[in-house]
Amino acid sequence: MPSPSDGIAVEFRDVVKVYHRLHRNPVGIKHALLHLPSFLREVRSANEFRALDGVSFQVKKGETFGICGRNGAGKSTMLGLMAGVIRPTRGEVIVRGRIAPLLELGAGFHPELTGRENVFLNATILGMARSEIVRRFDAIVEFSGLRDFIDEPMRTYSSGMYMRLGFSVAVHTDPEVLLVDEVLAVGDAEFQQKCLAKMEEFRAGGITIVFVSHDYAQVKKLCHRVAVLSRGKASAVGPPGEVEAEFLGSLKSGVDSRDVQVR
Amino acid sequence: MTPALRRSYELLLALVAKEFKVRYKSTTLGFFWSLANPIFFALVFYVAFRHILKVSMENYFAFLLAGLFPWQWFANTVNISPAVFLNNAALIKKVAFPRLLLPAAMIGNHLVHFVLALLVAIPVVIAFGSRPTLWWIPGIPALLVVQFGVILGLSLMLSSLNVFFRDLEHLTMIFTNLLLYLSPVIYREDLVPEAYRPFFRLNPLYSIIPAWRHLILEGRLDGAGLLFGAAGAAFLLAVGYLVYRNLEWRFAESI
Repeated sequence: MPSPSDGIAVEFRDVVKVYHRLHRNPVGIKHALLHLPSFLREVRSANEFRALDGVSFQVKKGETFGICGRNGAGKSTMLGLMAGVIRPTRGEVIVRGRIAPLLELGAGFHPELTGRENVFLNATILGMARSEIVRRFDAIVEFSGLRDFIDEPMRTYSSGMYMRLGFSVAVHTDPEVLLVDEVLAVGDAEFQQKCLAKMEEFRAGGITIVFVSHDYAQVKKLCHRVAVLSRGKASAVGPPGEVEAEFLGSLKSGVDSRDVQVR
Repeated sequence: MTPALRRSYELLLALVAKEFKVRYKSTTLGFFWSLANPIFFALVFYVAFRHILKVSMENYFAFLLAGLFPWQWFANTVNISPAVFLNNAALIKKVAFPRLLLPAAMIGNHLVHFVLALLVAIPVVIAFGSRPTLWWIPGIPALLVVQFGVILGLSLMLSSLNVFFRDLEHLTMIFTNLLLYLSPVIYREDLVPEAYRPFFRLNPLYSIIPAWRHLILEGRLDGAGLLFGAAGAAFLLAVGYLVYRNLEWRFAESI
């Protein structure tokens, strides 16, 4: 029997994410031990930073969904929550299906290893079985357009070439949900075209894409719907044409006070 | 094997292979360094203790070597441990995978080097008059597993805690430097005064290092040493895993 949640690939239910600012300046052990009670209190409350403050939305299966917002609006936090690397403080994040995060430049690649070795490493990290990687290796290299360089160490690659290979591995992991984090900004026009074509192919194949960007023009071109993030809330969710005003408004709101205010 | 286990296993192999390749690509002398370090230490200790302090122990150079190789595996991996998660920050922030594979792969890579060093050391040991025995066949893998457990337990603790308390890197260095002298690497375990032994026993290396020596130099399996070592490994693994379990979910946001 189909339940109402069928056909939903990603769901945020009233998600709150509070960071403790401990990580901004990791303290020494001496300080922590000498001031244990006050230290624990500090950790609990004083340095709280509310990155997401009650965000709810649903991404349908097969949809290309944009997440837009100024720097510090909580975009990376949302990606982290979807990728399952951080936990919500409150609320629920539900992802149905195999998820492939697109790594930022260089993450998961080792500069001393060759492109070939890095493809195997990176694909394994993303959850591909070895046999599967062997089977798809040629397709990965073909798509990246780096056949002539695949046995060179990656430290000799340009940043555009890094990105090509990273994108190529990610899209060949057979994701059901693809997380794309502004990578299309790098790379030359020809490869951008290729990526866009690939995303088009994914869309046609019913794969869900979550696309995070502050480039609204690109979002408008690609996405069925957009969530505009502002001050830790999804201030508007809808087709790109309808929420554009909201997005532009969120840009004009001056310095995001949450960036400086410590509660 | 469940798919999740299979994925972990393949990822572990891939990470070990990566560390292995990287280690060889970035240095010209590569594997030589795995041998050079304990050999130089053995030479210096030999001169200092045998010729200057006039310690009278038979076959002292071979004795030192047999202790310093496993010691080096321990010290190198423990010293690197605090940095393991920090060095993989980009990955931890983006991809969900069992994070404990990172320290496990690091230790596994050093284990491979240790085994290779043992292979090179065998002719040396034979030249010093020891003979391989059948006890090597169960003994070497058993000691490898026990020592791996000890290191992994410590490593899980250090690498997890260091994400939050960065002082740990420095403390660890001091700790391992001192531990060399508190472990029976340069002296025989039975030279430790009776009254101190209960405390020395708390250090798993007090059992493991001599067990290696008895196995390699005398060709016998030190059952008691192995058992004490295994108990230490079990304890450290339990504590290390507990610490890791409680902190692991905050790695991505704290690194």
